[in-house]
Amino acid sequence: MTSPLLAMSGIVKLFPGVRALDGVDLDVRAGEVHCLLGQNGAGKSTLIKVLSGAHQPDAGSIRWDGDDVRLPTPIAAMRLGIASIYQELDLVDGLSVAENVFLGHEHARYGVVRRGDLHAAATKLLHRLGHGEIPARHEVGRLPTAGKQIVSIARALSHDTRLIVMDEPSATLAHDEVANLFRVIRELTASGVAVVYISHRLEEIREIGDRVTVLKDGRTVATGLDAKTTPTPQIVSLMTGRSIEYVFPPRPDPTAGRRAQAPALVLRVDGLARRGEFEDVSFTVHAGEIVGLAGLVGSGRSEILETVYGARKPHAGRVLFNQEPLRPGSVTAAVAAGIGLAPEERKSQALFLQQSIAHNVTAAALPSYSRFGWLDRVRELADAGRQTRALDLRPADPRRGIRTLSGGNQQKAVVARWLLKDCKLLLLDEPTRGVDIGARAELYGLIRRLADSGVGVLLVSSEVPEVLGLADRVLVLREGRVVHRADARDLAEHDVLDLVMEGTHAI
Amino acid sequence: MPVLASLRTGMSGQRRPPADEHTRVEAAAAEAAQPQRRLVLLGAAGEARSLGLIGVLVLLGIVGAVTAPASFLTTSNLVNILTTASVIGVVTVGMTFVIIGGGIDLSVGAMIALASVWSTTLATQSHGLGGMLFSALLVGAGAGLVNGILISYGRLVPFIVTLAMLVSARGLAEQLSNRRSQIVEVPSFADIALTRVLGVPMLVYILAAVCVVGWLVLNRTTFGRRTFAIGGNPEAARLAGIDVKRHTTLLYVLSGLCCGIAAIMLTAQTNTGASTHGQLYELDAIAAVIIGGTLLSGGRGSLVGSLLGVGVFTTITNLFILNNLSTPIQNIAKGAIIVAAVLLQLRSRAASP
Repeated sequence: MTSPLLAMSGIVKLFPGVRALDGVDLDVRAGEVHCLLGQNGAGKSTLIKVLSGAHQPDAGSIRWDGDDVRLPTPIAAMRLGIASIYQELDLVDGLSVAENVFLGHEHARYGVVRRGDLHAAATKLLHRLGHGEIPARHEVGRLPTAGKQIVSIARALSHDTRLIVMDEPSATLAHDEVANLFRVIRELTASGVAVVYISHRLEEIREIGDRVTVLKDGRTVATGLDAKTTPTPQIVSLMTGRSIEYVFPPRPDPTAGRRAQAPALVLRVDGLARRGEFEDVSFTVHAGEIVGLAGLVGSGRSEILETVYGARKPHAGRVLFNQEPLRPGSVTAAVAAGIGLAPEERKSQALFLQQSIAHNVTAAALPSYSRFGWLDRVRELADAGRQTRALDLRPADPRRGIRTLSGGNQQKAVVARWLLKDCKLLLLDEPTRGVDIGARAELYGLIRRLADSGVGVLLVSSEVPEVLGLADRVLVLREGRVVHRADARDLAEHDVLDLVMEGTHAI
Repeated sequence: MPVLASLRTGMSGQRRPPADEHTRVEAAAAEAAQPQRRLVLLGAAGEARSLGLIGVLVLLGIVGAVTAPASFLTTSNLVNILTTASVIGVVTVGMTFVIIGGGIDLSVGAMIALASVWSTTLATQSHGLGGMLFSALLVGAGAGLVNGILISYGRLVPFIVTLAMLVSARGLAEQLSNRRSQIVEVPSFADIALTRVLGVPMLVYILAAVCVVGWLVLNRTTFGRRTFAIGGNPEAARLAGIDVKRHTTLLYVLSGLCCGIAAIMLTAQTNTGASTHGQLYELDAIAAVIIGGTLLSGGRGSLVGSLLGVGVFTTITNLFILNNLSTPIQNIAKGAIIVAAVLLQLRSRAASP
């Protein structure tokens, strides 16, 4: 147990404009659960991708079982015995459990799959995981998430796996399913398999973890901490105080700005709920105000935003916009009323990648450029151009393809779309994801200017400093409930992290 | 802020003019959208492709002039090619909309048959020319509406829905007509095909009108813009507040309406309504759209390209007939052209960022 199974040292990974990893050390022993902690953007995902052969490090060394190795491809990592289980499980829904477990290395003779062998071997693996009740012939698409996760683990074990990386495996599981997962993990480690476990929930780490490594700004700030005894304040303080400079615009002076009259109420959410996602969520957004929602993946933050926007239908509660109830579950109604959304997945949910900047910017405001459906293209192009220049979007030529823009400029185009629509409430879901640091500061400034012009902003971000730096008021969410609400100025980063990570007392 | 500064220089480095000249260039570009029209005419993305297809047409013309010097380059033959292209051309306009919008319509041939039979039943013919025209258009649009509703509100796959319509619409046409050809008894209806203006049959003018209207709708209206948006990224379109379901339904209605027009043309041309009309038109129309550079996955395409695709196909058929070559060889050539066009499409996609 003394010599580590895996020893990564000085790992550096550069992306254009970002040092995603800047000297990471990680050593994992056989048979231990090694927890990886760090805020979003600290480099955890990049590190896993290096470990699983999906990214090539720019510097640093990886030793496996005492030998220097390179992991040029995911297959190379798999051959050594490294398997990764991602949050979005990469299973083929239409195939059976057994076929998924052995996908890519089927038991076959002369190209003919031997189904009997396949099912027997899969059943054996499932039994080893204590889940003999999952039928090997069952179609994977019909299993619940927890079942799919077990199939993923079985697939990892179907290779001669000695180390399994689990990226927030509990984020999508119910409490009893988490307990079940922990039992599986204990059985794995008892048989000598090492587990790298990523989670934001400290309570889980206390329960299942052996040692902890903390990442911050792409560096290892602490390693080999005892998962059971290291005090929470120490862990939180290691994760906070990121040295990346966030340049936030100043907030308007509360005494000067709001003396004449109280700002108009733009959005009122009353007892909103969606089963299994969030419960009893109530809050307000005023004109000129930025309200932040802080919470982990699975806390319901994006779901709340999408429900307000009408992309999801609530099971209870109501949404009032400018004192008027909004038709639930209708995006068209929300947009017509004056709500805009900059969604989390920019490329797949917001952009028309085959089209020009201008067409992307005017997509929501088309009716205002048309008479009886006939487009006034000159005015459209001129307005799009004015917006791109106002937001300092580069390149400024609105006829250029949106595809060629950087992440930050694409995000500006999405914001420009709603400015042109003259929206009164802007919902921002992870507005700076995939945006480099310089462009971030610009976006922050832009969002604040928007609010100053009277737009209400509802902001979701998994980066706590971003929510605290940008928002006026903050709601902290955990597992679908609002657990705390406060003025952003009265909250410290470690308070929010504490609230968010505290975990449930149900386990 | 060094990152910002480098970003700025990096960007402006691609375009030479200094800052304020830069903005002036932009302002001028915005105001002077007019001169851009010539390029946009051929469809923003498909310009090069359209030019390529014109090249192919010229090449085919040269081949025709060499192999059949006495007959190919005559006025009557060129008019003949245009007339042959007119019916399938109208169908292709509707198909282009559907495919750009991310769908497919396999039922066009069957909808033509149904509209043709319906508009030539004794009952319909008793209402005269107006009744016949109206019923053909209504039947086409109605069948398209059924397609559209099943696809967008029933959440069924376009391929399946229109395949079912292909089978059942032709079945209904056979049922209505007892599989017999129904002769058109209204003389003014047959005149649609017989009338010539300046020596060119009315059918060609109908095609031209449908093309002009189709092009304007696709490139100059919110409807067209939204078609591109929905085909390119339906989720983003939905989140931008576009009523994707309603729009998708309208696309299939449009295709059905084009089939109604095509049915009128074909019925007038043959002077009969028959359940055998329009067989395999779906394949010709889809092939023409693809050759024209429209992505089968939607979001990008050009109406001009589709029509050039129809032109290429019709001209090849004409050349084979003039040279007394057999239909099988003709079909083999068409297949090869489809493959070549799609290969070209893949290449040009890989080349453009």
